[in-house]
Amino acid sequence: MERHFDNDLAELKQKLLTMASHAEKSVSDAVSALVNRDLDLALAVKANDEVLDRFELDVDEMAINLLAKAPLASELRLVTMAMKLSQNLERVGDEATKIAKRARDLSKEPPLKLQLEFPKLSGLALGLLKAALDSFVQKDPAAARAMIPRDKEINALHKQIQAQIIEHMKQSPDNIQRCLHLLVAAKSLERIADHATNIAEEVVYLYEAQDIRHADKI
Amino acid sequence: MAETVLPKLEVTAQTPLAEGAGASLIEISNLSLFYGKSRALKDISLSIRERVVTAFIGPSGCGKSTLLRCLNRMNDLIDGVRIEGSVKIGEHDIYASDVDVIELRKRVGMVFQKSNPFPKSIYDNVAYGLKLQGVKSKSELDAAVEQSLNGAALWDEVKDRLHSSALGLSGGQQQRLCIARAIAVKPEIILMDEPASALDPIATSRVEDLILELKKDFTIVIVTHNMQQATRISDETAFFYMGELIESGPTQKIFTMPKQKRTEDYVTGRFG
Amino acid sequence: MEAQSLKSKAQSHHFRTRQFDFGSFFFSGLTGLATLLILAILAVILGNIIVNGWPNLTWHFVSTIPKKDFFDPATTGVLPMIIGTTIRVFVMTIFVLPIGVITAVYLTEYAPTHSPVTRIIRAAVNNLAGVPSIVFGLFGLGFFINFIGRNMDQLLHNPGPVWGQPAVLWASLTLAVMTMPVVIVATEESLKAIPMGLREASLALGATKLETIIRIVLPQALPGIMTGGILAVSRAAGEVAPILFTGVAYYMASLPGKLSDQFMDLGYHVFVLSTQSPDIEKTRPILYATVLVLLILTFALNFVAVLIRARVRKKLRALG
Repeated sequence: MERHFDNDLAELKQKLLTMASHAEKSVSDAVSALVNRDLDLALAVKANDEVLDRFELDVDEMAINLLAKAPLASELRLVTMAMKLSQNLERVGDEATKIAKRARDLSKEPPLKLQLEFPKLSGLALGLLKAALDSFVQKDPAAARAMIPRDKEINALHKQIQAQIIEHMKQSPDNIQRCLHLLVAAKSLERIADHATNIAEEVVYLYEAQDIRHADKI
Repeated sequence: MAETVLPKLEVTAQTPLAEGAGASLIEISNLSLFYGKSRALKDISLSIRERVVTAFIGPSGCGKSTLLRCLNRMNDLIDGVRIEGSVKIGEHDIYASDVDVIELRKRVGMVFQKSNPFPKSIYDNVAYGLKLQGVKSKSELDAAVEQSLNGAALWDEVKDRLHSSALGLSGGQQQRLCIARAIAVKPEIILMDEPASALDPIATSRVEDLILELKKDFTIVIVTHNMQQATRISDETAFFYMGELIESGPTQKIFTMPKQKRTEDYVTGRFG
Repeated sequence: MEAQSLKSKAQSHHFRTRQFDFGSFFFSGLTGLATLLILAILAVILGNIIVNGWPNLTWHFVSTIPKKDFFDPATTGVLPMIIGTTIRVFVMTIFVLPIGVITAVYLTEYAPTHSPVTRIIRAAVNNLAGVPSIVFGLFGLGFFINFIGRNMDQLLHNPGPVWGQPAVLWASLTLAVMTMPVVIVATEESLKAIPMGLREASLALGATKLETIIRIVLPQALPGIMTGGILAVSRAAGEVAPILFTGVAYYMASLPGKLSDQFMDLGYHVFVLSTQSPDIEKTRPILYATVLVLLILTFALNFVAVLIRARVRKKLRALG
């Protein structure tokens, strides 16, 4: 039976998907700007943050309107998770903007001669985000579950990079300014991976009706 | 600047149940009901816990009202009805041959979909069950009538016209009168068959509030086709379809994460 | 410009006046005529009786026990007939109401709906309603008087026939049998009109079926039962055939004192006056007066019963 409500739900889902692809693009552009010292791209990412903010407001408004119609079961989960997803995606956008700002600042300075596994970290983080968003699109909670442990790897790599940068700062105090930029960018990548993990947990709840959030702590 | 004192957080493992709730009061085991040759209830097994509100939901004709009426043997009134299986209330099978149906109905009360007050005074309506049992003392009856009308949140509205006709009350008041009448005989269990379906939203809300109060003292089983009502007032829910029990469990789980696809489809309004 | 075009649009939607509807007019005219006709006939009958009977309706007439020659207007009276008719209607009511109501209660509340026994009982009641009055009279004679009455006399060792002969009791019982279907049907209808919900509510509170019937159902059905009673009384007051062999007497010097006595009757007296009179011209005034008395008595009996029913209805409404 085709209902108007089904159309509303489909619209909500569509909006989320669009927002997800915007967020993904922001992150990959920001990382690209950082690695390639691309000032224009960095500025473009920063300007785009507004779009994701607008998306979060739209999704929340649609969700509230749907909640007023008292959905139940999977529809209820979809609407409440939509609100959470939009928030996570907006924060991913914020982190991408932070990376873009650091990329902008770094591009104005001469490059650091530092061997860091930055590309690997950014690759892993971006990969995790993509996997989480794919599991939402493909309605694949098993894939979502599978990617959650990968966060550990990223945390370890982040710690390693952090230690390397700190070591460099001790040895070359003149480069502290540029090292700080890198620290912040690395932290943002680690946070993006965290958000991706959150998104994956929400996908599991949505499709499997299992609440696995905070499972390792409680 | 004065220190802000935050209230101490208490960590409980689960949401606590009502006091006294938990133990199973009604055990339905492999219950089937036949109207002549056709089978209206198919092998139903269900536990109903005491002092909680249990909701029966399902599309029209799924057997939820039929099952409800099995619990106080009102189906006996229909010609040609046959029962297989058992319904145990507190260890006694109510379908055993030595069971006094009249006694059963004093312990298991019923409120109907369409309110049916007797064409008597408000007082006589509430006192009817007690008079049946032989209570004659006026003071005893007066006290019981007041207590029951209070319990049904109707006393303040009718205390000055107890001897006027019950039919002069509004729809919502009449239904609360029927509830008062039912609780006057102090049953353990109250069965309600869509008690608010004929009422406007305000009257419905008062009846629902009343049910939440009543569950402190009574075990309540309610048939409803209003999903939101079930989420508002019931602790446990059982979903029926075509005479079968499809799924049962805590209301919250049934309405946020049902296990069966048919439950999911019904609850989201895809059929019914 | 706008206003003008709107106005003309309204006019174009103006609903045409109907053509004159012959069908409705004709039909309502016909029903009006039929009503007038019935009223006219009633007026003629009543008018004739009242005009001719009223002058002869004296207190003396109504309060005198006549001599054997009751064709003489100077000495005649109808007191024994008034008493006789009233008593037999009264005794009939005492028998027909309880038995009729109990039968109707059984048929509506207890009898399984589709069993052959129920169908037989229903058929019997319906057929009873169609039996001609005179047949009831013969039945009364054969069953009540010759069978039951005679056996009663034997059991009681009565020297002569006491019960085995025409009596008020047997006439009343015969009338009760005759009007039974009316009471049963009226009672059944009023029982069926009571919604099932009331019975269910009572049973759900722990009442037995009998308690439910006595406390809830019958009180509600009372006006309907009384309607049945009124109909029975109306029918019985004017019936002559059933009492012909079962209790009415051509002449009795005294008023009936016990149930085994015979009685005189207004309806029968009308028959006697019109057929047995030696001088019909002289008797005619008495005849009209007797008919008038019979009508007044029937109306009075009805009126009292309707009053009682109205009181019951009012009480039911006040309490609910």
